[in-house]
Amino acid sequence: MSFFKKLALVSSIALGLNVTTSVFAENIAIVGAKIHTVSAAGIIDKGTVLIKDGLIQQVIKGTDVPSGYREIDATGKVVTPGLIGAHTSLGLLEVGMSAGVVDATTIIHPISKVGAALDVQYAVNNDSSLIPITRLEGFTSAATGLRSSGQLFLGQGAFITLATTYDSVMKANAFMQIDVAHSGADDNGGSRAAMWVAINQVFDEAIFAKSHDMNPSKDWLGLTTMADAKALIPVLSGDIPLLVRADRSADIVQVLNLKKRYSGLNIVITSGKEAWRIADELAKHNIPVMLDPESNLPGGFDQLGATLKNAARLHKAGVTVVIGMETHNIRLATQHAGNAVANGLPHSAGIAALTINVARIFGMDSQLGSIEPGKIADVVIWSGDPLEVTQNAEQVFIQGEQVEMTSRQSKLRDRYLNRNSDKPVGYTRP
Amino acid sequence: MFNSRLKLGLALAVSVALATACTSEDQADKQKNITGIDKNPFPSTYKKVDSKPIVISNVTILDGIGGKIEDGEILIRDGLIEEIGRSVSSPSGAIEIDGEGKWVTPGIIDNHSHLGVYPSPSTRSHSDGNEMTAPVTAEVWAEHSIWPQDPGFQRALAGGVTSLQILPGSANLFGGRSVTVKNLPNRTVQDMKFPEAPYGIKMACGENPKRVYGSKGGPMTRMGNVAGYRQAWADAKAYQTKWAEFEAEVADGGSPKAPKRDLNLDTLAGVLDGDIIVHMHCYRADDMGTMLDVMKEFDYQIGTFHHAVEAYKIADKLAENNVCSAMWADWWGFKMEAYDAIKENIPMVHAANACAIVHSDSSLGVQRLNQEAAKAWADGKRAGIDISQADAWQWLSANPAKSLGIFDKTGSLEEGKNADVVLWSADPFSTYAQADKVFIDGAMVYDRSNPASWPVSDFELGQIAEGDAK
Repeated sequence: MSFFKKLALVSSIALGLNVTTSVFAENIAIVGAKIHTVSAAGIIDKGTVLIKDGLIQQVIKGTDVPSGYREIDATGKVVTPGLIGAHTSLGLLEVGMSAGVVDATTIIHPISKVGAALDVQYAVNNDSSLIPITRLEGFTSAATGLRSSGQLFLGQGAFITLATTYDSVMKANAFMQIDVAHSGADDNGGSRAAMWVAINQVFDEAIFAKSHDMNPSKDWLGLTTMADAKALIPVLSGDIPLLVRADRSADIVQVLNLKKRYSGLNIVITSGKEAWRIADELAKHNIPVMLDPESNLPGGFDQLGATLKNAARLHKAGVTVVIGMETHNIRLATQHAGNAVANGLPHSAGIAALTINVARIFGMDSQLGSIEPGKIADVVIWSGDPLEVTQNAEQVFIQGEQVEMTSRQSKLRDRYLNRNSDKPVGYTRP
Repeated sequence: MFNSRLKLGLALAVSVALATACTSEDQADKQKNITGIDKNPFPSTYKKVDSKPIVISNVTILDGIGGKIEDGEILIRDGLIEEIGRSVSSPSGAIEIDGEGKWVTPGIIDNHSHLGVYPSPSTRSHSDGNEMTAPVTAEVWAEHSIWPQDPGFQRALAGGVTSLQILPGSANLFGGRSVTVKNLPNRTVQDMKFPEAPYGIKMACGENPKRVYGSKGGPMTRMGNVAGYRQAWADAKAYQTKWAEFEAEVADGGSPKAPKRDLNLDTLAGVLDGDIIVHMHCYRADDMGTMLDVMKEFDYQIGTFHHAVEAYKIADKLAENNVCSAMWADWWGFKMEAYDAIKENIPMVHAANACAIVHSDSSLGVQRLNQEAAKAWADGKRAGIDISQADAWQWLSANPAKSLGIFDKTGSLEEGKNADVVLWSADPFSTYAQADKVFIDGAMVYDRSNPASWPVSDFELGQIAEGDAK
C-alpha cells in the first residue's frame, strides 16, 4: 500500500468512516472482461482490473498482467463496480409481518416528536440473511433506513457494506428521510396544509437550536424534541442529504420551494412518480431522483402521471437518476434498471443509476461506485449484461475479498436438488 | 368428474361435458326446471372485435406446447388460429405483418390477478377484494367486485396478457368465487367474462386466515384453519345430499318442497361436483401436504396451489396428485411462510413433471410475466435444469389455461384455438423485449407503434398524461 493510499484510509477513518479493508487481502487480477468503469474511462471492451490491499489498484486495457497477482479469467464476462442498494432497509428486518421486532419501523417514543432523531446506525444486524442473499446478486453496499415511523421524518439512515463483517456501518447519519406524499400528509395532520407548516416550523426550530445551548436544564417547548432539532442541524447545512418522498408534480414544486426557503438543504427526491413533469426544474436545481422505474400505475391521485418513461425523461433533461427501492428484493434493481433502459434510458445511465449515482448521493463516491484506482475494490463479474434478466453475478468481490457465493437460499436449493430420500430431509447437508 | 347426481354445477360447464347431447341453453333450462336455480345468472356478454385476417411471417414462433418454429408464419382469421407453420396461406385482403427479428407466442394468461377488485387508484372506496367478515365466504363472487375501469388492465395488455383469472383475496379459508376474463375490459364486467370458462374458488392456507380471524372468533391457528375447511366440506356434502333427495323425489313424480338455497354451500357443492376449480393460496410444503389429504378426505380436486413458494420441497407429491403450482420467480421473505423461497422453485417443479405456472398477484408484475419466466428459466439452467424456452413458455400460457379449465380454447398456438397471440419485439426472455402487438380473438387490440390506438380507461380520460406511454 502506498503511503498516500494509507493516508487516504487513515483520513477516512478519522472522518468516522468504518472501512474494514484488510491489509492482508490478496492481490487479484480480473482478466479479459468487458469493464464498465462508470468513470471517465468509460467501457473497456477487454481489460483487466488489478486489486491490491482491498483497493482497486489499476484498470488496464488488454490482458497483460504484472506478476504477483492471482489471475481470474473473465474472458467474455462483464465487470462492473459493486452495485449499491439505494433505498433499502437491509439489516433492519428479517421478516416484516408477524415475525417479531422489525427495526425498520418505529412506534412513538419520547425521544422524538417528529422522527428526525431516530437513527438506524444502532439497529443494523450484519448477520441478517438478507445480506448474503443480496450480495450474491452483485450488491456490495447499501443505504438503509426506516420504512415507516408514523411521524414527519423517517429518521436518519446509514450506509452499510454487505461484506461479512462484525460491523457493517460504513457511514452513520448518512441521510435523513421525510415523506411529503399522500402517505406523509396522512400521518401528519391528514393534510398538506398541516404537514408543510409543521415542516417549516421544525426547520426553524433547528435553526434556533444551532445557535443555542440545548441541554436538559433548559426549557424547550418546540414541536421537536431537543434530539430532533439537533439531528436536523446538519441537514440544514446540507452535510446530510435529505431524501424527500414526493410523487405528484405539485408536491415536488413544494419541495423546490422548501429548497428556496432553506437553501442549504441537499435534497434528493425519492419515488418521484411525476418527477418527469418538472424535470427541467429539477435539473436546474441539481436535485437527483431516486425511483422505481417500473411504477406506472395511478396508485393514488398523487400518481396519475406515473409512467415507465419517467427515468428516461428525467435523464434526458439532465436529472441524475438513481434506481433501487426495495429491501428483500433490492437484488431486482438490475431488472428495474433494465426496464428503464427498455423504455429509453441509455444503458450507461442504467448502470450509473445502480452505482456511481448512488454513491454520490450518500457522499461515498470517493470510495465506491466506480472502478477507478484508489477506490474500494467492490467489484462484480457478471455472466453478461447485468441488466438482462437471464444473466447473473458469477463472482462478487467486496473490499478486495472474493465472496463465498452461497446463501441460505442456495443451500435450500442444493438440499432439495440432492435430497437423500432414504433419510429425513434434515440429514441432507449441502 | 361429472356424475348423475349433478345438481349444482354450472350449466355452462355441464354443457361442455354434454356438448354432443344438447346445447348449453337446453341444458341450462333443464337444470333450471329441476332445481329452480339459474346456474349462470351473470352470463358473459363478451364480443370479440372483428378483424380482417392477419398473417405474421418471417418470425420465430413458440407455440406454447413445446414447439419452436424458426422463420415461421401464422394466419389468424375469424378470431381463431387458422394455420401455423413454416408457411401458411395468405388470404386476399389479409393484414400482413413482417415479423423479422421478432417472436410470436401465445398470449400470456395470469391465473392470479386482483385487477379490478384491488384496482388503481388503491382507494378504500373500491378496494373490494377481501370479504373479511367471516372465514368462510364461498358465497361471494369476485366478478361482483371488479371495476372494469381499472387502468391496470390496459397496462397488463401492453405486457402481452390476454386472459386473467381475477380472484378474491386470501384473508378467508374460502374467499369466494374467482372469474376468468378476457383482457378487454368494457362497460360491464360481463362484457369481459371469458365465454364458457368454468368458475374457480379461492381458498387460503396458513398465515392470512389466522392473522385476520385470530382476534375475531377464529381460526387463530393452522389447526383451526384445517378444522374450518373440513367442517365446510362436511356441510357441503350434507347440502348435496339434501338436493339429491329433492331431485329424486321430483323424478319420482313427487312435489317436495325445495331445500332452502344457501349461496355459500352452492359454491362448495359445485366444487364437490367437479364444476368449480379450487385455487388455493398455500406457501408452505407442510400446509400443502395437509391440504392434499383434506382433498382426498372429501373427494375433490385442488387445481392449483397459488404462491406455493415451497413447492420445490414436495414437487414429486404435487406431480402425483396432479396439482399445479402457480409461483413467483423470486418474491420472498415478506412473511414467515415466504421465508424459504428459492429462485429455482419454478424449474424444480417443472423438472419433477408437475405443472408449473408463473403468476403475478401484482398489478406491476402482471406487466412483465415473460421476464419472470425468463429469470426462473435462467436460474434453473444454472442449477443444471435445462429446459428449452419453448417448454418454459408453458408456464405462461398452456399451464395457466389448464389450471383455469380453458386450455381447449386458448393457451397455445394450435389451429382452431382462440387467436390470443403476442408479437414480441425480440426474444421475450429478455429484459429489453416488449410486446409490439397483442391480439385477442384475432383482433389487434394493442399496437405499441400506434399510440392513438391505445385503450384508455374512463378513469384516466381527461386526467393529466391521458394516453401517455405508460
